[in-house]
Amino acid sequence: MTEPGIRGKTAIIGVGQSPYYKRGKSPDPAFVLTLRAILNACADAGIDPRAIDGFASFSMDRNDPLRMSAALGLRELRFNSMVWGGGGGGGSAAIAGAAAAVHGGLAETVVVFRGLAQGAMRFGGAPPAQYLGGNFAFMAAYGVISPAQQYAAKVIRFMHDHGVRQAALRAIALTSYAHAQNNPNAVMYGRPLDAETYDASRWIAEPFHLYDCCLESDGAAAVIITSAERARHLTERPAYILGAAQGAGYRTDAGSFNGPDFASSHFASLAPRLYAMAGVTPKDVDVVQSYENFTGGVLMSLVEHGFFTAEEANDFLTPDNLNAMGGKLPLNTSGGNIAEAYIHGMSLIVEAARQIRGQSPNQVRDAKVSMVTSGPMAAPVSNCILGAEETL
Amino acid sequence: MTKAATTYLPDALPVPASDGDGLQAPFWSGLEREELLIQRCRHCRTWVFAPEWICHQCHSFDLDWTAVEPTGVIYSWTRVWHPVTPAIAEHMPYLVGVIELPQAGNVRLIGNLLGDPAKAVEIGARVRGVFEHHPAAADNPARKAFTLLQWTPA
Repeated sequence: MTEPGIRGKTAIIGVGQSPYYKRGKSPDPAFVLTLRAILNACADAGIDPRAIDGFASFSMDRNDPLRMSAALGLRELRFNSMVWGGGGGGGSAAIAGAAAAVHGGLAETVVVFRGLAQGAMRFGGAPPAQYLGGNFAFMAAYGVISPAQQYAAKVIRFMHDHGVRQAALRAIALTSYAHAQNNPNAVMYGRPLDAETYDASRWIAEPFHLYDCCLESDGAAAVIITSAERARHLTERPAYILGAAQGAGYRTDAGSFNGPDFASSHFASLAPRLYAMAGVTPKDVDVVQSYENFTGGVLMSLVEHGFFTAEEANDFLTPDNLNAMGGKLPLNTSGGNIAEAYIHGMSLIVEAARQIRGQSPNQVRDAKVSMVTSGPMAAPVSNCILGAEETL
Repeated sequence: MTKAATTYLPDALPVPASDGDGLQAPFWSGLEREELLIQRCRHCRTWVFAPEWICHQCHSFDLDWTAVEPTGVIYSWTRVWHPVTPAIAEHMPYLVGVIELPQAGNVRLIGNLLGDPAKAVEIGARVRGVFEHHPAAADNPARKAFTLLQWTPA
């Protein structure tokens, strides 16, 4: 039997980001932020930007590859891919598509990117519509419109079923803020959060306090993917793509909250596929970037990836256990979507690669297996595992 | 308008709209007549909601709209404190329930839980439906009348 999937066939050879800003504060439009992130990723990889021959993105990114191709003077464009789904669930899926394209010979050097300036198009607010059809017809008039309102009931039910307490969610928020204090690029750098402030913060939609919710940000992030063979010539520390998965479970997104796995992050069917492809188990994972649209999504993602059971969540989810400096499961080590910036999770993929490449602001010692979970609850979701040379 | 008005939330939120394909139309017109209609497969008797053109169990396109008693059980809920639009800022917080219908294959509907928005909500509690009629807007001919299904303790 041949080796399944894309394990070790491709690698991230460079990462880049724009400056990150609070929503609406970027002096530059999204297109400029995206170009800066891509150029920074090329510089990190040590490649000429004109060597890029493919683009992959997600979440209906509006930075058109053809315009970027013309603007950057690419010699040839061979691959373009956009993952369906409006949230951040497509982040790791974009990595998977790029890796598969490179492995399959469709392209040689693919950029995976996400760039947004929410001053121009906001994600956290209500759609500016007077009438809404489709699934929104069953939610909007009842005041279920924003992502917080859509996902709160999933987490309430999960916490109810398994006796998970608010302090477990709080630990996830405190961890992101703690890590952001060592990351000068984080929007919340220099603005630490303590438990008392979390407890006193206003509710957005129960069980989400203000600090359980991701930021709204302007910024862009990008990674460069090429074949493992080329990667070894181009960089000292490639972050090899060991595995990736995307999708949803049985009728996950059936309308009006009718998915059988409603109280879920929707990773249950993906996690076994990811581990099988990557050839690792949860015990092998050194560091996790788990997308926080809301802390409750992280709680369910970590459970569904087998790091602990739902019944163990109260004991496992503590700031000490999640800290990069000696914690059992270092989590969101650059500050994540809650305290670094909300680039729909592309910043988490950048950080996962930085951990393997030894570039993290909160470097986990000897990190060799680095996981990303993208967009919990916002199916289709996706995940990926990166590995150092020693894991091949 | 205040909480004492005849509707739980003010008419400032997006109104259920037809997608132009008629799929949801029997559901909404049923609510206007104070009738809760849920799709059921004529072939294999599977309950289907949200509305769909095909039965997910047997792939029959022959779905029937079946009248169902508007009672259910609270499956989950949230209390919303942050308004998505300034137009409802005076009406916070409000309660949202996810209601399961045991008499219709445990399909789920979303609605508001009527009464004191500060009340404790119990998962598993029995509720009954209340038809909440929204009249057409006098100042906006495009805004037609519609009916929501809200929930109160059984």
